[in-house]
Amino acid sequence: MKILYFAWLRTKIGVATETVDLPAEVRDVGTLVEWLKTRSPKHADALANSTVVKVAVNQEHVPYDHPVGPGDEVALFPPVTGG
Amino acid sequence: MTVKVQSEDFDVGAELAAMTGGKTGIGGVTLFVGLVRDMAGGESVSAMMLEHYPGMTERQLEAIEAEARARWPLDDALIIHRYGRLEPGDRIVLVATASAHREAAFESCHFLIDWLKTRAPFWKMEATPDGERWVAAKDSDDAAAARWTKPA
Repeated sequence: MKILYFAWLRTKIGVATETVDLPAEVRDVGTLVEWLKTRSPKHADALANSTVVKVAVNQEHVPYDHPVGPGDEVALFPPVTGG
Repeated sequence: MTVKVQSEDFDVGAELAAMTGGKTGIGGVTLFVGLVRDMAGGESVSAMMLEHYPGMTERQLEAIEAEARARWPLDDALIIHRYGRLEPGDRIVLVATASAHREAAFESCHFLIDWLKTRAPFWKMEATPDGERWVAAKDSDDAAAARWTKPA
């Protein structure tokens, strides 16, 4: 699965994208975020407060109970500040 | 109906002329232009870096524009949003809506800019005397967007 990070999530984790092999317990956005926290201390720090982390699956905003699979493009980012 | 995501500046007069040229059924155009301010939260801002999510940005802007066209009788709509490094006074965003009637033009333009601030995947980083900082989303922006979800 391709994971993308934006804004301060990108600067905290230190990479813009990574490709990961999903373990069996990852079924939805919520379990994906919990698993990503275990990848490194930087991931754990950046994702510590998941209430401020927004998620898009295949470029659509989704809630944490949205399912995810190996072929998805998942982006994690803070609330947007455009305009 | 046009959506553009670009690093270059835009010419408001030229965009307006292109939008209305030859369309004599348009009664009014509402234009919103967002600019980079030199102050934010009591601190001076020397520059702003705008990051976005290529691909998703265009998709979201097109979806927002389609929503506006479904809700109001529009002859045309235009969204231009810049990314990259901008300085105080620079233009960031242009939203323009054209309709036979002014109310539709005013309301749809207001709707588009409110939704854009809460749904379009852009993030701002400001350069200040204390260093660079990511701009936090405002509750007031969420409240502004939420009013459009209330039944009319």
